Amino acid sequence: MDYLIRFSQSHETFRLPEIQALAVIEGIDLKVISYSLESPFCIVHLPSATAARRLIQRSILAMSVHELWGAGADLAAVHAAVCATTPHLWADYATCSFKFTLDSYQGSRSAADKIRLINAFSYLGFAGPIQMRNPDEEFVLFEDWPLNSTPLGIADPTYCYFGRFLGAGARDLPKRLDLKKRRYISTTSMDAELALVTANLALAAPGKIVYDPFVGTGSFPIACAQFGAVTFGSDIDGRSIRGDEKKKTLRGNFEQYGLLAGLGGMFTADLTNSPIRRAPLRHDGDGATGRIFDAIVCDPPYGVREGLRVLGVRDPEKSPWIIPKGKEMYKDPDFVPPRKPYSFLAMLDDILHFAAQTLVDNGRVSFWMPTANDEEQEIPVPAHPYLETVSVCTQVFNKWSRRLITYRRIPDNEVDPEAMKSREETIYVGKSADELNPFRKAYFNKFEN
Amino acid sequence: MKVLTLNFLTCAVKTCKSSSDSFPLHPKDAELASDDVEVNPQLLVNLLPRIDWNALRTTSTELGFPQLPEQPPTAEELGADEKVLKDLHSLLIETQIMEGKLVCGHCGHEYAIREGIANFLLPSHLV
Repeated sequence: MDYLIRFSQSHETFRLPEIQALAVIEGIDLKVISYSLESPFCIVHLPSATAARRLIQRSILAMSVHELWGAGADLAAVHAAVCATTPHLWADYATCSFKFTLDSYQGSRSAADKIRLINAFSYLGFAGPIQMRNPDEEFVLFEDWPLNSTPLGIADPTYCYFGRFLGAGARDLPKRLDLKKRRYISTTSMDAELALVTANLALAAPGKIVYDPFVGTGSFPIACAQFGAVTFGSDIDGRSIRGDEKKKTLRGNFEQYGLLAGLGGMFTADLTNSPIRRAPLRHDGDGATGRIFDAIVCDPPYGVREGLRVLGVRDPEKSPWIIPKGKEMYKDPDFVPPRKPYSFLAMLDDILHFAAQTLVDNGRVSFWMPTANDEEQEIPVPAHPYLETVSVCTQVFNKWSRRLITYRRIPDNEVDPEAMKSREETIYVGKSADELNPFRKAYFNKFEN
Repeated sequence: MKVLTLNFLTCAVKTCKSSSDSFPLHPKDAELASDDVEVNPQLLVNLLPRIDWNALRTTSTELGFPQLPEQPPTAEELGADEKVLKDLHSLLIETQIMEGKLVCGHCGHEYAIREGIANFLLPSHLV
């Protein structure tokens, strides 16, 4: 049967990838019949109503799912479809309590019109009590209106759907994890809604192991733990994990939400000198040995609000005393190792290579990267022979946007060995932050050519 | 830091990566604590194939726990025997190293653990 998903009309490019990821998590065969970025209504084919409820239950961007009884360009077409395809269902709802609601997207109807539209369904023969609070069944008439239909005086919607309500998404979760009420955040904490969507795209689920190499105050691990995963994280700046060492700490955030069971371990480390054990890439691996994580999620530093640095000395010739000083001092508990600016593109490559070495087969890596909206300054989506791009979602700001890119670790025997050989070791030249990071340079030049 | 985390970590120094002595890191002057966490059988079953069992045996002995069997339990054994499940849960998930050091068996570098958070940043001469 066909089902109607009612999306929220926001973060449009994230909606379908999220639903497709949820279908993978739940093992549901999902076929998309019709979908458009401009409309909140999506028709899908699913094996059962139970599957539809399971599919939607942890979706952040879908509001509800409905058994689709009829659809058409006008109300007459909807009624014709309902009468043609659903009469065998009507008897099931003849005596239960029920209510009808009208959902007009970009449009409005007067109270009298609403009653007229609803009464037009009287032929369904529902004789049970009408109950506005907690009815046994809810039937919804959806109308898709053109933009500004009310001020323009447009008389009719462009498309209508009629369906039986089955289940709601998890639109309450972003409120539960709202940054405004979180004890401990920093300047670049990811907002709760997008962190949860990222967790869905990374297939976070009970029993899974997730790692965030740029953990900061823990926005992604918290979102993943909310879905039952056990999370690990590291950051080059240990202060972000420790916080004030009292209440405002990363651990305190997990405590606040009662998610401590999902806190695996946090440590201070640098991705380019990571202590995580890795398996060398091979063509004949058994798909698991030596690989640890089900998912890697991160929002790496863009080099604008927070510096993009790795361990090392920026210019060893100009400051030769730093290295011998480090040799003497590194055992001091207050010793802070020197760091140098690093190339943004090299870092993206490092993340992908790290993911290829540490993800189990079909494990996912989801990370955010910024790019200029101007085509000439756009930064391409990075690629790796051991990873297949699953989805690219874009959140657009004024002159730049950021993308959430998700990859799947493909099994060794599906990797093209030639592609790995030809993966040239790109050397990123430059010493200063601007030279190394085209996005940072474009950002501070206001994206002017 | 959980004992489980220790099983995922080697020495961060690049020249140590090829040496088998750099894994597992050896705890030194470790102060242990135990967290109360609900047993999650699904997690332990998922973890089993990813744990390096020999390394875990070494760590477990070094921290003063009873010797683990030579072979890891199978997923069926974990499901059938609650004691095996609980013991493994208590060692991997509940036991935390709060203070102390982790020492690389190859280069001897010491990584400090403070309040349960280990520091793997390297001074410039080791990068």
